[in-house]
Amino acid sequence: MVVSTIGSLKKKSSSPRIILGSVMTGLSGLCMIVTLIPLIAVLFFVLVQGFSRINIDLFTQLPPPPGLDEGGLANAIIGTLVVVGIAVILAVPIGVLAAVYLSEFSHGNKFATSIRFATNVLSGVPSIIAGIFAFGLLVSSGIVGFSAIAGGVSLAVLMLPTIIRTTDEALKIVPQEIRWAALGVGAYNYQTVVQIVLPAALPGIVTGVTLAIARAAGETAPLIFTALFSNFWPNVSAQGLAEPIATLSVLVYNFAILPFKPQQELAWAGSLILVFLVLSTSILARLATRRKLY
Amino acid sequence: MEESLRNSVFELRDVDIFYGSNKAVREVNLDIPEKKITAFIGPSGCGKSTILRCLNRLNDLISSFKIKGSVTYHGQNLYAKDIDPVEVRKRIGMVFQRPNPFPKTIYDNVAYGARVNGYKKDLDELVETSLRRAVLWDEVKDKLGESGFSLSGGQQQRLCIARTIAAQPEVVLMDEPCSALDPISTIKIEELMQELKENYTIVIVTHNMQQATRVADMTAFFNAEAVGKGSKVGYLVEFDETDKIFSNPSQQSTEDYVSGRFG
Repeated sequence: MVVSTIGSLKKKSSSPRIILGSVMTGLSGLCMIVTLIPLIAVLFFVLVQGFSRINIDLFTQLPPPPGLDEGGLANAIIGTLVVVGIAVILAVPIGVLAAVYLSEFSHGNKFATSIRFATNVLSGVPSIIAGIFAFGLLVSSGIVGFSAIAGGVSLAVLMLPTIIRTTDEALKIVPQEIRWAALGVGAYNYQTVVQIVLPAALPGIVTGVTLAIARAAGETAPLIFTALFSNFWPNVSAQGLAEPIATLSVLVYNFAILPFKPQQELAWAGSLILVFLVLSTSILARLATRRKLY
Repeated sequence: MEESLRNSVFELRDVDIFYGSNKAVREVNLDIPEKKITAFIGPSGCGKSTILRCLNRLNDLISSFKIKGSVTYHGQNLYAKDIDPVEVRKRIGMVFQRPNPFPKTIYDNVAYGARVNGYKKDLDELVETSLRRAVLWDEVKDKLGESGFSLSGGQQQRLCIARTIAAQPEVVLMDEPCSALDPISTIKIEELMQELKENYTIVIVTHNMQQATRVADMTAFFNAEAVGKGSKVGYLVEFDETDKIFSNPSQQSTEDYVSGRFG
């Protein structure tokens, strides 16, 4: 009786709007699966090809000379850590402090606007250009030659925009009221930034830095003509850092195109380790994000 | 009025405040008495928070902010060139509209002001007395190492008050300190203000007129008038003892506002 006056509330499955809704839900689900295919295929392929070559030697020995079996790629693992380490040492302090200036001290002046614009442009620059830059600056000029340092500089250039942008954003998210509160109890500007704002933004900054590391660790193009390659153990000393050094990404590039099976297998194993490194840094970044305070 | 005039902490003379080229507040003349609670009431946009913030130079953080006229604190012009705003803010603390504890432990929240000001005596004792004064000690004494965020909104606001008084200011400015709180927390904070006024001069901005009648000794009523297109300028209508403002104001617009017949 009441139903007749207000109309039925039951779902009409034949209504065009409901049909359109189901179709669109189905379509977006399908697109989601399509995007996952390349990711899963890459991971699967690298895992299948590389896993059989994973053993202790891989992590402890040098690559074999052409024609020989066995050996490992320990020098490239160390080399990647050294080159990325140099890049981190250069890019993190500069990037974080630049972002602190942009967010905390520039008050949005014209200079800051142009730095933000330049940062965005830099983040769109192809990685090979960063390599050319380091090559021209350090290698062809003869300052250090092909070396871990030159490789580290080129990766640092690639990391800078990511670090500046994520830190800038992490600092902007920290509520203005917290800064007022610190100033309100008599803190100076620098005390507010160092003791209150930076710790509050730390999880966001760590996320940005780890994502930048993950990106830099996998770069090949800028390393080919800066860090070059080496078949020997890296010499981790001031002098050794000025010598060519092996890295995982360049090892994959060099060995995959060789006509020898053992080298090709090593290239796959190197890819797997690289994927694993990038994956674990991304997971670290996630963990840091989860601890976000704001 | 006679007695309070002699003991005024702040004296504002012909204060005009600008944001860029917009005049936000005009010609405010006001004497804020020592160890009393002074309330600023008025409609939104009348400049009462702006005036409050110029008492501890917090407006300095807004780059377009400009002030004309003089604001003196115990006879010193706060906007003189050789005044260090950090020294001003040490003496004139502030509690904000929304609770804003630092993302640190309860202990470190309270100790922060004392630490940056180079407090030499026993920090533990200062933290305890500040939390006791803010009537929060019994609720947090067993969890001083936990984050300030773990507290409820009302507790957080009392934590912020403890943090402010631990910096040992002479004046406490409060910008609608209860607007984000439930009535029970509000009552607690109002009782706290009554106790604090033994030692501190308190200036509070409030939208709640009952709150002004409950806590304030003196009340200033601000109003705003439209100038040009879309912009408003705030001005002080009347400043007197709270009883007089609410029972027998001398201005018609004050009476309209306090009796809810506004606009």
